[in-house]
Amino acid sequence: MTDLERHSYDVVIIGAGGSGLRAAIEARQQGKRTAIICKSLFGKAHTVMAEGGAAAAMGNANPHDNWQVHFRDTMRGGKFMNHWRMAELHAKEAPDRIWELETYGALFDRTPDGKISQRNFGGHEYPRLAHVGDRTGLELIRTLQQKIVSLQQEDFAATGDYEARIKVFQECTITDILKDNGSIAGAFGYWRESGRFVLFQTPAIVLATGGIGKSFKVTSNSWEYTGDGHALALRAGSTLVNMEFVQFHPTGMIWPPSVKGILVTESVRGDGGVLRNSEGKRFMFNHVPDVFRKQYADTEEEADRWYTDPDNNRRPPELLPRDEVARAINAEIKAGRGTDHGGVYLDIASRRTPEFIHKRLPSMFHQFKELADVDITKEPMEIGPTCHYVMGGVEVDPDTAAAAGVPGLFAAGEVSGGMHGSNRLGGNSLSDLLVFGRRAGLGAASYVDSLGVALPEVRESDVDDARKAALAPFQTDGGENPYSLHQELQQSMNDLVGLIRVENEMAEALERLAKIKERAAYLSVEGHQQFNPGWHLALDLRNMLSVAECVARAALHRQESRGGHTRDDYPTMNPQWRKINLICSIKGDEIDVAEQPIPTVPVELLSLFERSELEKYFTDEELAVLPEGK
Amino acid sequence: MSYKAKFRIWRGDANSGGLDDFTVEVNEGEVVLDVIHRLQATQTPDLAVRWNCKAGKCGSCSAEVNGRPRLMCMTRMNLFAENETVTVTPMRTFPVIKDLVTDVSFNYQKAREIPAFAPPAGVKPGDYRMAQIDVERSQEFRKCIECFLCQDTCHVIRDHEENKTSFAGPRFLMRIAELDMHPLDAADRQKAAQEQHGLGLCNITKCCTEVCPEGIHITDNALIPMKERVVDRKYDPLVWLGSKIMRRPGAADQQALERREPTWPAAEGQHAVSEFTSENPGALSPFGEDQALPLPTESLGYEHPGPGDTPNR
Repeated sequence: MTDLERHSYDVVIIGAGGSGLRAAIEARQQGKRTAIICKSLFGKAHTVMAEGGAAAAMGNANPHDNWQVHFRDTMRGGKFMNHWRMAELHAKEAPDRIWELETYGALFDRTPDGKISQRNFGGHEYPRLAHVGDRTGLELIRTLQQKIVSLQQEDFAATGDYEARIKVFQECTITDILKDNGSIAGAFGYWRESGRFVLFQTPAIVLATGGIGKSFKVTSNSWEYTGDGHALALRAGSTLVNMEFVQFHPTGMIWPPSVKGILVTESVRGDGGVLRNSEGKRFMFNHVPDVFRKQYADTEEEADRWYTDPDNNRRPPELLPRDEVARAINAEIKAGRGTDHGGVYLDIASRRTPEFIHKRLPSMFHQFKELADVDITKEPMEIGPTCHYVMGGVEVDPDTAAAAGVPGLFAAGEVSGGMHGSNRLGGNSLSDLLVFGRRAGLGAASYVDSLGVALPEVRESDVDDARKAALAPFQTDGGENPYSLHQELQQSMNDLVGLIRVENEMAEALERLAKIKERAAYLSVEGHQQFNPGWHLALDLRNMLSVAECVARAALHRQESRGGHTRDDYPTMNPQWRKINLICSIKGDEIDVAEQPIPTVPVELLSLFERSELEKYFTDEELAVLPEGK
Repeated sequence: MSYKAKFRIWRGDANSGGLDDFTVEVNEGEVVLDVIHRLQATQTPDLAVRWNCKAGKCGSCSAEVNGRPRLMCMTRMNLFAENETVTVTPMRTFPVIKDLVTDVSFNYQKAREIPAFAPPAGVKPGDYRMAQIDVERSQEFRKCIECFLCQDTCHVIRDHEENKTSFAGPRFLMRIAELDMHPLDAADRQKAAQEQHGLGLCNITKCCTEVCPEGIHITDNALIPMKERVVDRKYDPLVWLGSKIMRRPGAADQQALERREPTWPAAEGQHAVSEFTSENPGALSPFGEDQALPLPTESLGYEHPGPGDTPNR
């Protein structure tokens, strides 16, 4: 295959969002020749959509904040399904990662004494989110992008070539990971622009491909979120952990239909917005679960005092973790107290001045004005739950981000699993990207060092197979239309494996998925390989189907309700299930789900909590390790 | 609610192409990008379009709708009459790849030619201190989503391929202004803006500002002040003085910054004005390094802060 474009790199990063770029910076700074491959243009990744901020216990807004408090909030938010070590590393390292961004040129909003300002967010005990208005994700991606450019400028000064040590391959999609004797050897893909194939030979791959939202109909995720990294890892022989935990963000736009699902930032609530049903009632007070009752206000008066005096009042229930708020909204709508368009009201207009709203929520103002013709300084917004984030993902080693079972494969950010347990707190995603992006870059670099000169090699027959698989949709005449199959998949997942789940519906979803999978083997694509969206979708569909099946199978298996997994037929949390991680792998052509014990939280970290709180999540035997009196 | 709209879309590649007519369904609340997607799903599966977030945040779906540079995801169909033909063409300033997708690599090349943020020497991560009012000037420019519509509309390079090598375009001249106004950036950027990036070619017709989907005042807040800084720092002592008054000291002078307002420190050896501790009397003063202090106050156009009065904050 002489006409194939070939590249050779020490480390290849798939995905150019926050975690991918941070991993690339680290790998390059460790002296590794690094390639970044992304499906979109450089700087367009889904990270730009993040609005609220990046959680880090810097203590700028409240000096009581520290990593232990952040760790506690993260574990609580995840209902103690989090990998404790990831939550610990994340809480400890997030402040350094944020401060580092300032040295790259980031400009966060400031406190009166000139430090980075921090805002309140659901589930965080103190104001903790470093932010820039409500466009924090844009600031993050642009800052990392500009840091990469600055590294390229250094390389240019040293070698005369901007791309000597770090190169971005944009609008390029990876379709297969290639191995040699079980270890990573390369990645095969195509240029979206020309449709031509390209091979990257590399001993180390960092997956940073983000999430899976495009398998659902109503989602805040962009087209890129087709679960590529999840599927690539599965096919490469790695495993996915707890794929049943999918976060439905409580506040997505619902009207007009063409914008259904687009995110409305949680900052609206952090800055004083409240949820009301069609009767005008502020309903969240009726939906505070017992486990959170101690931390949340039970009267409107106390909740309203909290914004200015958080030390002496409890938080408004609008700021409960996202899973709780999403379920509450769903319950109100089901009880017939929803709006005409099937949502509830999010009201900041009656609570804050127009000046305040313009200053704190400029892009929300813009978004509603432009897309829905709603002036949020005058009218309430109509919102409803939207598929937002997948907590499940590639099973990784917390310290190195190495993916289970495949030497040379790493994963960071949304594509990895474990960090957020059963439910992610707002603001913990951007900091996750930075903390584990860096660790993945380091992990990949030291793995490459450990190999010495004996590098894995790509087999030509594997390259042939990958090429054949990618071209298959052009070989079929009169087959299925990828667009219609995609719509069917999204509808099935939305209706049957959505926010509220029940056994027979999930079983039906699996039947439907099996049929879609059969039909997807005969996709037809018109036209040629050059920038052909039909073909691109046909290839992405394969990934979406695998991932959707993982979600459905794992969701059917877990017989309890916890975080981003709510079962009508098993409505409560069960401490026995807390001890079990569900691990998805591919056996032949089938997705297999296996139970695996969750790693044990060390006593010193458990001791950060009150025993009375732990008793709600853990079994008595698990708590026997705690010292007397705790 | 729903109606059939007439669309005319440019289809083709670098070698050839033309406008194709389509009739397509439009529903309430839809934007141009929704219609393009419906065409893909129902009539022309290989119609190439670049898009991503569909919420006006990523700046991918730039094109020209009825000749005007726009984000397709933010262009609502109710802008047009139901019987009007909507014409969608690729951005004209960049080479076509296919259909509505253009080769925007020019912009990535220009981005590389602008020297990156230069961190202040001796300030550790975590020790950066900046006042909100000072970061806001650059923050406005950092709202940029890099849709490149300003680059597309700028007549210095629109239909003037020959200017592309010597002109960075509004987006990247604004990037220079952003760095120049960054409170802690340590590099001097003004000379290069003029000599290497073609600031002088801009004749402030404000076309870029008009098309900016983020509403950034590119011309008024970035390009004109940048031109003033470049031209006037040598010739106009007033503007030079103004820049000294407006600019805050770097983080190395953080202690001085903290003490200057709102109260004078009581402790011995701590002075509110940094010139007392510097080698050169008058240096680092807000009035400039070559002024003998005190100046007659009425000549300064400067009001001293009084109780409860904090200028520039």
